[in-house]
Amino acid sequence: MKQDTAAELARNAGKRVFHFHGGLRLHHHKQASCKVAVQTLAIPPRLYIPLAQNAGPAAQPLVTPGSRVLKGQQLARFDEPSLGFVHAPTSGTVVAIARQPVTHQSGLEGLCVVLKPDGLDRWTQLDPIEHWRSVDAEVILQRLCESGLVGLGGAVFPTSKKVDEARKSGIHTLILNGAECEPYISCDEMLMREQPDKIVLGALILQRAVAAEQVIIAIEDQMGEVFSALQAALSRADCTDVRLVRVTTIYPDGGEKQLIQVLTGLEVPSGCRPPELGLLCHNVATAAAVAEAVTEGKPLLQRIVTVSGNGVKRPSNLLALIGTPISNLVDACGGYTEDAARLVLGGPMMGYALASDQNPVIKAANCILVLSQRDVQPGQAEMPCIRCGECARVCPALLLPQTLNWQIRNDLLDQATDSGLGECIECGCCDYVCPSHIPLVDWFRFGKSEHNLLSKARAQSERARDRFEAREARLEQLRQDRTRRMNEKKQALQDRPPSPDGAPGRGQP
Amino acid sequence: MISLALLSLCLFGAACGLGLGWATKKFRVEPTSLADRIDQLLPQTQCGQCSYTGCRPYAEAIATGQAEINQCPPGGASGIKALAGLLGREPMQLNPENGMEKPVAIAVIDEQVCIGCTLCIQACPVDAILGATKQMHTVIAAECTGCELCIPPCPVDCIVMKVPRPGWDAWRPPRPVMARVLPPQHPLPEHDAPAGDM
Amino acid sequence: MRQVLYALCPGIVVYTWFFGTGMLMQILLASAFALLFETLMLKVRKQPLALFLNDGSAIVTAVLFALCLPPLAPWWIACIGMFFAIVITKHLYGGLGYNVFNPAMVGYAVVLISFPQAMTQWLPPMAIAPVDIGFLDGLRSILTGHLPAGLTWDAVTQATPLDAIRSSVANGQTVAEARHLATFGDVGGRGWEWVANAYAAGGIWLIWQRVISWQVPTALIGSVFLLGLAGFVLDPGSNPSPLQHIFYGAVVLAAFFIATDPVSGCTSPHGRLIFGAGVGILTLIIRRWGAYPDGVAFAVLLMNMAAPLIDRYTRPRIYGH
Repeated sequence: MKQDTAAELARNAGKRVFHFHGGLRLHHHKQASCKVAVQTLAIPPRLYIPLAQNAGPAAQPLVTPGSRVLKGQQLARFDEPSLGFVHAPTSGTVVAIARQPVTHQSGLEGLCVVLKPDGLDRWTQLDPIEHWRSVDAEVILQRLCESGLVGLGGAVFPTSKKVDEARKSGIHTLILNGAECEPYISCDEMLMREQPDKIVLGALILQRAVAAEQVIIAIEDQMGEVFSALQAALSRADCTDVRLVRVTTIYPDGGEKQLIQVLTGLEVPSGCRPPELGLLCHNVATAAAVAEAVTEGKPLLQRIVTVSGNGVKRPSNLLALIGTPISNLVDACGGYTEDAARLVLGGPMMGYALASDQNPVIKAANCILVLSQRDVQPGQAEMPCIRCGECARVCPALLLPQTLNWQIRNDLLDQATDSGLGECIECGCCDYVCPSHIPLVDWFRFGKSEHNLLSKARAQSERARDRFEAREARLEQLRQDRTRRMNEKKQALQDRPPSPDGAPGRGQP
Repeated sequence: MISLALLSLCLFGAACGLGLGWATKKFRVEPTSLADRIDQLLPQTQCGQCSYTGCRPYAEAIATGQAEINQCPPGGASGIKALAGLLGREPMQLNPENGMEKPVAIAVIDEQVCIGCTLCIQACPVDAILGATKQMHTVIAAECTGCELCIPPCPVDCIVMKVPRPGWDAWRPPRPVMARVLPPQHPLPEHDAPAGDM
Repeated sequence: MRQVLYALCPGIVVYTWFFGTGMLMQILLASAFALLFETLMLKVRKQPLALFLNDGSAIVTAVLFALCLPPLAPWWIACIGMFFAIVITKHLYGGLGYNVFNPAMVGYAVVLISFPQAMTQWLPPMAIAPVDIGFLDGLRSILTGHLPAGLTWDAVTQATPLDAIRSSVANGQTVAEARHLATFGDVGGRGWEWVANAYAAGGIWLIWQRVISWQVPTALIGSVFLLGLAGFVLDPGSNPSPLQHIFYGAVVLAAFFIATDPVSGCTSPHGRLIFGAGVGILTLIIRRWGAYPDGVAFAVLLMNMAAPLIDRYTRPRIYGH
């Protein structure tokens, strides 16, 4: 009975708008970067293309220093086939394959292909799939994989893998996530305004790939122009099973789990992924990239990046090649203001500080936020938690952050995990409202990673114990066998009557 | 009257007895021995630095009071703290006679030098070395506990301990400090900033 | 914390209006002692002084404590009360955020139990007072313990409404008969009911400002009303009406300012409802059957003990579970 209603709710996605617990109404600060159209950034003098995507394994280079490459040519291949390839964002010469600072929270170095563009921007041979409506879904999947497509919302999960897994669970509704909820970030909004047709096309291709019955494009209700642009595109494409839904602007409505809750009223069960509800979520930018990859054959070489914040002179959205140093983007926006204080990748709620502006643009880089001195709130000291419960009121995962904070600080990691630490989506709402200025999300990230390490160490020691005990048992068995054989031989020797010509072992005097 | 009182008391007593008997069966918890629980907290390196042949014998020795809780260098201070918590004792310093706490390392065989003598294979307590007589040996990195027991038997000294190079995978967010009191963690590097703009 | 102080201002003003300036002196005294003990303890515990003194938590404790004292209580009452509140209840338990009990209420309970005589010398509202004790006389009385020449405590003080009800019921009178005394007003005690209204106004502003949650006041006042109603319906002779229950004593002050202390109370929304209701029910039980005329302080302390347990069993369901 409950199953039925859940399935029904999932199928009726988007017909009613629900609410999720907590969340915040934030000033969205998007106007600053939305005033001007997306500009295409000039090709920089050097591109630094990381061979690994975030914490995943690094790809194996297919080129050597000195190789001339064309735009879209494969530079490296991942060992894991579903991860696809790393491509050259423009034509030029490979200068080096070396360790460079990469765009990651750790500020560590990673292997990068350093490319010196020749400025000609010559394409390699492209292979568009023109009749995508008639080809097998496998062909589309293969193309998504080869094109190096990943989720552009920030998680950089390989698109082909996501689609493939979803196909196996059976999808009835494809949700395109255009609810870009974090303040300052407007790259998806600009994409939806300027290229709505491409998004609709991508939606149809994805729908075909997963055989979904309906498609929902979800946007926030404050995005006025986006709504009309997408509606016009939908009427041009003449598709009836694609619906546009406006959701109430409450941060973090663009989180996958929150958006699903808003559209269906259902919670994704713990430990499950949305496909188990028959739903598949993709970012709108991913859909546009899918359209390019399939109908034009172009791999994912560039993305729209919002450069915004009080620390930059002319906030705007830029179309930048993957591997462009961030300093080039900031320059194109008029450079830093005098009181620029901190460089953040991502939005103010979930982003992380970067060590240097020489880090390259990566596929996950949706926003470069330059905070000014007055944004970083100096002088607000952390106070003890007074258990006011504001954090629990705003938590979209219905956690009690004050309890988690206490548990992690006291190294009670198992207890914290039991209290739902793993369900924290790190949206930063609790941090934002905390009157004691406790860096809660930092603690939760720390706690998650510590618990992860602890479970790994436990599994390792468990395995070591098993192997040790197995070895002990084997050695014991061998010892027993040897003793038994010796005894048997002795017994046989004693039982046998002494032979006249002398048995072996009996030395002659 | 008195017989009624006796009868009711007897019935009450019988009911209580039955209830208790049922409860012992129903809510029975298999006791885990103290040695088992201590063994759970030991790192299972099986290195023998505690002067016992493995983690399990050491656990049994602690349980019977023959060994102190500060004899396990791989467990280190946190291991001693956990043991102290379990046994309700005060944490103590690691006994230097048993060794020092070191970062976790794994054994690596220099495959050019290895002569294939199998001595290290016999020494490895967790079967983490693969090889055969006169064949090159290698360490299964994922199974190596870093116990260093393979190093002394090697006749050509071709095994070294290596601390895995910290990469992205090994990176962990730091323990948060009072973040907002401090100046911005990552000020823009001035030499990196475009000239004239900062 | 500052907002809590602002929200208490209307109550203090109305209190002073009805009962004279004694209360202001108690507030000043208690605040001075609170700051003194807080500074000492912060020094001993090597905590940053400016940070913790500026947050105003010690002053809030002091003001709430002082509001529970009779206006002419001797100065050492505030000293002892604040010692127990700040030193023992707050800092020995780990300082701000770690105290198990509400500091102001521990301080109050200690002085109430230890010095019952001094803690029952309540003044009547000035409008019906037989003698008018001025500012200087009041100050002298607080500092020396002596009233102006020719006055005795019996002449100056008057039983509070709850005391009056208690003694009348003990003497076999009904509540309705006792209510003819001058100390009673329209719904609560004369003067007291207006103080309660002023507290409520400040408290509602706090809820609107999201400094306190709505759950505790609602549950507390609601439970007092419902239980009071039940008692009144069953036995109107010895029980005041539910509205009177709310306006007597410290129920409104507790509902908005004392039981809402986040540190020693519950933190989950459902837990806060249970916490508030528990305080209300215990208050009425102590009023009806206990040895003290009002039981708010004890009810709050008892519920403080139960708070961790309540929190444990009222954890909200985590997303996806």
